[in-house]
Amino acid sequence: MKEVHFQILNGCPLLRELSILSKLSLSGQGGVSMKIFQNKKKWNSIKLFLFVLPFIALVLVFSYYPLYGWVYAFFDYKPPKPFSINDFVGLKWFKSLVENPIKINQLVQVLKNTFAMSGITLATSWLPMIFAVFMNELRFIPFRKFVQTVTTLPNFISWVLVYSVAYSLFNSTGMANTLLQSLGITTEPILFLQSSTNVWLTMWLWLTWKNLGWSAIMYIAAISGIDDEMYQAARVDGASRMQMIWYITIPSLLPTYFVLLMLSIANFLSNGMEQYYVFQNAFNKETIQVLDLYVYNTAMGSGSYSVSVAISMLKSVVSLILLFFANSMSKLIRGESFL
Amino acid sequence: MSRIKIQKHKMHQSFGDNLLAVVCYILYALCAIVCIYPFYYIFINTISANDLSARGVILFWPRGVHIQNYISALRTEGLFQAAKISVMRTVLGTVGTVGASAFLGFMFTQENMWHRKLWYRLVVATMYFNAGIIPWYLTMRNLGLTNNFWGYVFPAIVSPFYIILTKTFVESIPKELQEAAQIDGAGIMKIFLRIMLPVIKPIMATIAIFSAVNQWNAFQDTLLLVTDTKLYPLQFILYQYLNQASSLSSLAKNTSSTASLAAAVATTQTATSVRMTVTIIVVLPIMLIYPIFQKYFVKGIMVGAVKG
Repeated sequence: MKEVHFQILNGCPLLRELSILSKLSLSGQGGVSMKIFQNKKKWNSIKLFLFVLPFIALVLVFSYYPLYGWVYAFFDYKPPKPFSINDFVGLKWFKSLVENPIKINQLVQVLKNTFAMSGITLATSWLPMIFAVFMNELRFIPFRKFVQTVTTLPNFISWVLVYSVAYSLFNSTGMANTLLQSLGITTEPILFLQSSTNVWLTMWLWLTWKNLGWSAIMYIAAISGIDDEMYQAARVDGASRMQMIWYITIPSLLPTYFVLLMLSIANFLSNGMEQYYVFQNAFNKETIQVLDLYVYNTAMGSGSYSVSVAISMLKSVVSLILLFFANSMSKLIRGESFL
Repeated sequence: MSRIKIQKHKMHQSFGDNLLAVVCYILYALCAIVCIYPFYYIFINTISANDLSARGVILFWPRGVHIQNYISALRTEGLFQAAKISVMRTVLGTVGTVGASAFLGFMFTQENMWHRKLWYRLVVATMYFNAGIIPWYLTMRNLGLTNNFWGYVFPAIVSPFYIILTKTFVESIPKELQEAAQIDGAGIMKIFLRIMLPVIKPIMATIAIFSAVNQWNAFQDTLLLVTDTKLYPLQFILYQYLNQASSLSSLAKNTSSTASLAAAVATTQTATSVRMTVTIIVVLPIMLIYPIFQKYFVKGIMVGAVKG
């Protein structure tokens, strides 16, 4: 009975202060000051929290509150007017994704594009590693520094600028067409950017042009961490440069490669939309539309907000599963997770 | 006998090694050219005679050098406004992000904060999921941040990755530094401003560069949130120029009757030259700061690598 009473007292801050005061007369001076000290500590820890509270609020508003928007997938939502409970349509939009052959074909094409682009990226994910390994073979340091600086630069320009570069080089009066015509290979300008063939490949090429140098930096850092004694020992044994690369450098880089591979598996469905948005036009729309772009086009292009939310919801769920899969793979093989 | 054999062996090897070196030098020189030539190509076209650049004959060096393109670009009303927006969002966005990341990175090391782990996880978890662009757009609309300059700045303020970077950095600093200040009776804000800020400057520089580049390059948020042309940053204006040009050229391809119209537009100075001039103006700040701050970039990704 007494314990319960105390608990109630402790639950209420004001009463607790009172109880401390009442104890003041009962117990010795030392114990009380200890209690006040603890209270001050508690207040301090809450004060620390109050300092970060505004930022926590920002996170809640911009990252967590949008999750509530997923309910739009279950309602008939027409943008300007707020939706009510009467507009509840259940799984209608999810069913509508697969209701007729035309829509199924469209979705299949979008998935094909997504899988192809992510697949090509995944299949060539060893390229930055090789790029870093052979860059390490450049013994003339100023040249190596120059190459590293220049090849990382494209990573820091936006996709709009990449498209501008592509447009400048490959439009009908661009560098590529001028060269082809002056060499007499073609007589008519080729409209590279308006073509619908090899879109997956060209998108991968632009992505590689932009990212290769930057992705290699991680491996360059890892290479500089390899113990030099291994190379010295190999040199004494008469190993050639290629042998050193094959038997020392690459095996030392594999753990880094594995982590990055797992991360790109987790991001398999998320190609982002910016690259494909700026490169898309009436001619290549069919083969360039990846999932992220499809979500955008469905909502902003045709105004079907609810369908778009339904698709991105499915995507998020699959992505989360992929993330946990990649994480447990990492745990299984390397014994540590990256989450 | 064996000595000769070894010598032969060595010579053979060094031949292979030399071959490898030569091949590497050639390949990486090519890579460097592929990365740098496009910018050079655009640049020499902007300073060459506009009729020549429109015909696409400027390939390796400028001809008929002039700077008229840049002068008229500076005089273009919409461009100047866009540059103002770009600079403003870069400055304000970077200040906000760097300040918040430094402060939160420091605060999340304070072990006696109430439920510290919970808040930290709450923030970091946002790296691994997002609601999707449409719910995000609708949220921004509800908050009145569409067609609003602050829509560029507020969502970027709390960035989990930068907070992890700062937190890792702060944790590498000896705890005694803060404890000494605490014993002297300094409050948490005083400790942060007077003691921590000077120490964590290197990581703040890294974050500043990352976030400035992101703000300068941002395109998607304008696309989603903004229809007011006064709020368009340079990236978006450039995209519009490109889009108009490409619709012109696809028009020319489709119907022969409109071909003459498109051709007329192409020969009257602008399309190519304006597009390329704006491209150079947008890319120049990155080109200028990048070599100077490269070491910070590299440092940033390395700290991230240690953590991630």
